[in-house]
Amino acid sequence: MKAWLIMFTLVFVQFTVQSQQCKSVITGVVTDFHDMTPLVRASVTLIGKKDAIFYTDVNGFFEIPDLCDGPYELEIYHPECQSAFMKVDLETNLNLNIFLEHHFEVLEEVKVTGNRVTKTNSAIEETLKLKTIEQYGSASLGDALKEINGISSLNTGANIVKPTIHGLSGSRVLVLNNGVRMQDMEWGAEHAPNVDVNAAGSISVIKGASALQYGGDAIGGVILIEQNRFAKKDSLFGKTILTGILNGRGGKINTDLTKTYENGWFVKGQASYKRLGDQEAPDYILSNTGVKEIGASLHFGKENFTSGWRGSYSFFNTEIGILSASHIGSVDDLIRAINDDEPTVVDPFTYDITSPRQEVTHHLGKFKYYKRYEGLGKFNVQYDFQNNRRYEYDVRTGDDKYKPSIDLELTTHTLTSDFKWDAKSGFDLTVGLMGRYQNNFANPDTGVRRLIPDYDKYDAGFFSIMEFDLGEDWKMDTGLRYDYSKIDAKKYYKISRWEERGYDADFSDIIIRETESSQYLTHPVFDYHNVSATLGVNYSTDNQHSLSFNYALANRAPNPSELFSDGLHHSAARIELGDLRITSETSHKASMSLIKDGVWGYTLEPYVNYINDFIYLEPTDVEYTVRGSFPVWEYHQTNARILGVDLSVYANWADHWRTDHKFSLTKGKDLTDDEPLINIPAANIRNKISFTTPWKNLEIGLESKYVFKQNETPEDIYVYSTEQQEDVLLEINSAPDAYHVLSLNSSMDFNFEKSTLTVSLIGTNILDVSYRDYLNRLRYYADDLGRNIILQFKLNY
Amino acid sequence: MFIMKTIKLLSMMKTIKLLSMLAFAGIVLASCSNDDDPEEVHEEETITTMTVTLTPDAGGTTITLKSYDSDGDGPNDPELTVSGNLTAGATYSGSVTFSNETEDPAEDITEEVEEENTDHQLFYSYTGAIIDVYNLDLDDDGNDLGLSFDLDTDAAGSATLTVSLVHEPTKPNDGTIADAGGSTDYTATFSVSVE
Repeated sequence: MKAWLIMFTLVFVQFTVQSQQCKSVITGVVTDFHDMTPLVRASVTLIGKKDAIFYTDVNGFFEIPDLCDGPYELEIYHPECQSAFMKVDLETNLNLNIFLEHHFEVLEEVKVTGNRVTKTNSAIEETLKLKTIEQYGSASLGDALKEINGISSLNTGANIVKPTIHGLSGSRVLVLNNGVRMQDMEWGAEHAPNVDVNAAGSISVIKGASALQYGGDAIGGVILIEQNRFAKKDSLFGKTILTGILNGRGGKINTDLTKTYENGWFVKGQASYKRLGDQEAPDYILSNTGVKEIGASLHFGKENFTSGWRGSYSFFNTEIGILSASHIGSVDDLIRAINDDEPTVVDPFTYDITSPRQEVTHHLGKFKYYKRYEGLGKFNVQYDFQNNRRYEYDVRTGDDKYKPSIDLELTTHTLTSDFKWDAKSGFDLTVGLMGRYQNNFANPDTGVRRLIPDYDKYDAGFFSIMEFDLGEDWKMDTGLRYDYSKIDAKKYYKISRWEERGYDADFSDIIIRETESSQYLTHPVFDYHNVSATLGVNYSTDNQHSLSFNYALANRAPNPSELFSDGLHHSAARIELGDLRITSETSHKASMSLIKDGVWGYTLEPYVNYINDFIYLEPTDVEYTVRGSFPVWEYHQTNARILGVDLSVYANWADHWRTDHKFSLTKGKDLTDDEPLINIPAANIRNKISFTTPWKNLEIGLESKYVFKQNETPEDIYVYSTEQQEDVLLEINSAPDAYHVLSLNSSMDFNFEKSTLTVSLIGTNILDVSYRDYLNRLRYYADDLGRNIILQFKLNY
Repeated sequence: MFIMKTIKLLSMMKTIKLLSMLAFAGIVLASCSNDDDPEEVHEEETITTMTVTLTPDAGGTTITLKSYDSDGDGPNDPELTVSGNLTAGATYSGSVTFSNETEDPAEDITEEVEEENTDHQLFYSYTGAIIDVYNLDLDDDGNDLGLSFDLDTDAAGSATLTVSLVHEPTKPNDGTIADAGGSTDYTATFSVSVE
C-alpha cells in the first residue's frame, strides 16, 4: 500500500476482499474536508490510462470497474477545490476515502476536466481548457471561443473578431474580464473585445441570459474570463510563451511571473507583445492587415479563507490595419468590389499599418474585498474603473490625412456588492447590488460629425439568485433581477435629418437651440426599467448523465449606436441611422441540455429564443448626396425567433485514440416580415481525430471543419450607380459558398529539472483553400486567410 | 508595508465606506466636468453647389447646369437645375465652379481646387446626344484638371452628363474614376435635352 499526497489532501486507503485479475474495482467517497458533506460530480481521472473520467454521485461515491492490478495515478478534481493527485498500487479492490479542501485556492495549474465546471445550475455552458487558451494565445478571444460548439464570430478581417453566441453578438454578449463587465464600445460591429487572451486563467461561456449576477441583458450570453486563484504557499513560478506565426510573418511573446506566500499574499505580473505584418490569402497579400498589440496586467493582494482583498490593473493597446481594398468612397466602389474576384488594392508585403486602421487603448483597474462569515456565507464588494479610448482612421485627404475620423473616450466607474448564503447544504442564496456611472466623450477635433454623441449613463441593478436541491436527483435554480438605466446625451442633429426622422412631432421639447449651420442642439434623456428572470432545473441520476432545462427572460436597453447613429460612415460607404424611439428588447429563451460522460459521451443542446422588439440594422433605402448615392442602413425593431441545436459527441476508441464530432445549427427569422434575419451563422460540422500518449505528453490532432452556405439571408437591394447610370442590384446580403478547411495541431513536453518546455506546431487551413465566410464583413473585398503555420514554445518554470 | 498596515488598520466596514466614497467622488468629479454643451463640429470644405456653364462656340444661349445640396450627407436630395436645352451638332466651351452657400457670403471653393490643382481632377461621363468631352485644362504637372473643357453634341435627343470632382486621384490616369481612385468630393448627373 502506498499513498502519495499533494498539499492538504488526506487519503485513507483500505484493503477489502481479494479479486481476480482485471476485474478489480476502485471505489471511493469524496468528501469536503470542512463540513464532511459529500462532493457531487467531482471527477476522478486515471492518469495515463484510458482517458477515462468518472464522476461522483450525489453521495460523493464513485466506482472505477474492470481494472487490472498494477500501479495507477489518480487525479481527483472538484470546482472550488484543490486538485488532488494520488498514486495507488492496485493489488486487489480498493476503497478510498478522499477529503478535498473545499473553498481552497486552486493551484496555478487549472484542471478543467471535460467541460463540467459550471457557473449556473441549468444553463448551457462550457469552459475552455487552459491548453486551448494557450494555443490561441497568439490569436484573439473570439478565435479561441470558436472552439466551443455554438460560438461563432462576426469578423472584420482576421484581426477584429467579435464573439457570437447562438447567433447574437455585440451588446447582447457580456464580456466579464476578471469579474469586471467590459465597457469597450461593444456596440460597434467592427469593435472587438479589448482583452488579451494570454492574461486569462480560464474562459467560460454561458449561452444565454441565465447568469443574472453578471447582468440582465445578456440575450446572447456571457463570456467569463477569469484569473486563477493562488495557492497559499511560498512559491515563485511563471511561464513564457514564444510564438512564431508564418502568415503575417510575425509573432507574439507572453510572459508571466507569480509570487505567492504562505500567509496569503500574492503578486502576479503578466505582459505580452504581438506584431504581425500583412496577412495572406491563398492567392494574394491582404494589404494593410497588420496588427500591433500590447497587453499587461498586475494582480496583487492577500487572500485567505475567511477574508481577503485583491487589486488588479490591466492595460491593453492595439493597432489594427483594416484591409486597404475595403476602403470605398462610393456605391460604385462597392459594386466593383462585390463583382471583382480580387481585391482592388494588392501591395507588396509590409509591416506598416496605414489607414484605414483602428487604435484602441483600454485601462482596467479593480479592487475587490471579501469576507466569509462562519455558518452564514460570503460577502463581496468590488469597485472597478475602466477607460476606453478609440481612434478610427479613415483614408482622408488634404489637411485631415492624419486626423482620426472617430475619436471617442468612454470612462466607466462601477461599484458592485453581493452576499451569498451558502452555509446550509443544498441551498444557496445570493443577493447583490450594482451601481455604474459612465461618460462618453466624442472629440470634435476630428472634423467629422459625431457618430456617437457625448453622453452620461447611469445604471443601477439589484439581483437575487437561489439554488436548491429538490430531492436526491433534482436541483433547481431561480433568479430575479431589476435594472434601471438612464442615458443623458447632448447631440447635434441636422434640421433636415431631424424632420426626416419625424422628430419634430415627437421630440420638439428636447431641442436646446438652433445653430447657425442649420443644426439643432438637442438634449435626449431616456430611462429604461428592465426586469429579467430565470428558472431552471437539473436532473442527474448517476454520475455520468445529466439533463437540464432552463428558461431565461432578459431585457436589454438600446445602446448608444441604436439610438443615436446618424450620418455617413465613410469607410463603409453607407448612411447609418439610429432611432430615438427604440425601446428595450425582450428575450425569452428556453434551452435544454442532455449530457453523457464516460469513455464516450455526448452533449445535446437545443434552444429557442423569442426576441420581441429585436433591434437590428438593415439596408432600407438609398440617399443621394453630393458625393453620390449611398445605401441607408436603419435600426429597426421587429419580433424575431432564433432556433438552434448544438450537438457534440466524443469517443475514446482505444488507449491513445479519440475522436470529437461537433455540429451546430442556428436559424433566425424575422417573424413580423416573415424573412430571414441578417448575420445568422451558417451551419457547420467539425470532426477531429486525436492521438495522445503519456510519452512526452505527445498529442497530435487533425480537425476538419465544414461550413455550409447560409441560404437564409435577407434580400439584396437595388441602388443607383453613377457610373452605370442605372439601378443595379447590390448583392450585399448574399452569402458566399460553403467551404471546408483542415487544421493540424501537435504538441510535446520536454521536462527539465525545474521546468517544462512544451513545443507546439499548429497548422490552420493547411490545404490553403480560398474561401469567404458569411460572417466576415470584409467578405465582399477579399478571401479569408490562407495557410498559417504557428510554432509555439512554452516554458513553465 | 505601508499598504499592509493601512489595510490592517481599517476594519471591513471602513474599507467599504472608503471604497464607496471613492467611487462616489469619482462619479461626482466626472459628472461636474461635463456640464457644458459639446462643441459643434463644422465639417470642413463643405461644397453645396456645383455650376457647369456651357457656352456655344457658334454663339447663342449659354446653358447652366446647377446642383445644390443644402444638407451635405443629410436626407435632402441635391436639387438639379438645367437652364435650357442644348443645340444639336454644336460645340460648347464648358467651365465649372464650386461654392459653399452655407456661409454668408458664399465661399468660392473653385479657388481652392485651382490652388491644389495637382491634387484634384474633374471627371466627365456622358450618354445619349452628348458625344464627347475633351480638351480639359491641365494642372501644374501637365495632367488633366478639367475645370474647363469642350463638349460636342450630336443629333437631337436626350443626354446625360455626369461631372465628378475627385480629391487626390492617381495622376495621370485613363480618365475614369475607377482607374484614378481618390475620394469623390462632389458628383452630379444632369439630364439634358438636345434639340
